[in-house]
Amino acid sequence: MNRTEILDELKKILAPYTLDKEQLAAVNEETDLIRDLKINSANLVDIIIDAEEKYNVEIDYDDAEKMIVVGSCIDVIESRLKAQ
Amino acid sequence: MKHHILNHLPYKSSFRFVDNISRLTEDEVIGDFTLKEDAFFYEDHFAGNPITPGVIITEIMAQIGLVVMGIFLILKESPMNLDNDQDMFPLLTSTDVSFFKMVLPGQKVTVTSKKQYFRFGKLKCYVEMLDDHGEMVARGMFSGIIKNIEGIK
Repeated sequence: MNRTEILDELKKILAPYTLDKEQLAAVNEETDLIRDLKINSANLVDIIIDAEEKYNVEIDYDDAEKMIVVGSCIDVIESRLKAQ
Repeated sequence: MKHHILNHLPYKSSFRFVDNISRLTEDEVIGDFTLKEDAFFYEDHFAGNPITPGVIITEIMAQIGLVVMGIFLILKESPMNLDNDQDMFPLLTSTDVSFFKMVLPGQKVTVTSKKQYFRFGKLKCYVEMLDDHGEMVARGMFSGIIKNIEGIK
């Protein structure tokens, strides 16, 4: 799975957690989940759990701390997929 | 352990909504609370027709369903001393509640909470409240965290 494919899937995971559909459509690697997409910070945990289910990977505490912008989320998912 | 948690709930007097904890495991909590006839909100909600406000129902469900279980889970992970940690407060992060029946002054309600997950410090539970006839008062999903909010003061 390359970064563009992960990004497309990630957008679907993020969709239920943001009301800002314009920002979501324009998502890029620099998009900040809390600042740009106005996601409730506690919902980041739900996003991580959804991502774990979708990609069948396990995300630990250190990984979770990095998941602030879309690009770093893709980094974590990519490295977890490679580690399998 | 149940007494220990009851003694360490951060809510006092008029905003403490837990009387008893009858079951407490890592996955389930059952507790009850009896609405006091002279509670502060009945005078104005509604004048002459006291009915328990939905936000109070929600708060009862959150205190028994989330906060009691949350403190239990955190104490299991790391036996911190709650007395010395005055800046740790439980915060509600989201609720989605449906209400089915009114609760009147003096009624006893029982809350059952089932853990959905506890990860990265966030606890999410499915919570139901039944009245003293065993009928559903409210049910919903609750999430919260325990946060150190020293810096906010």
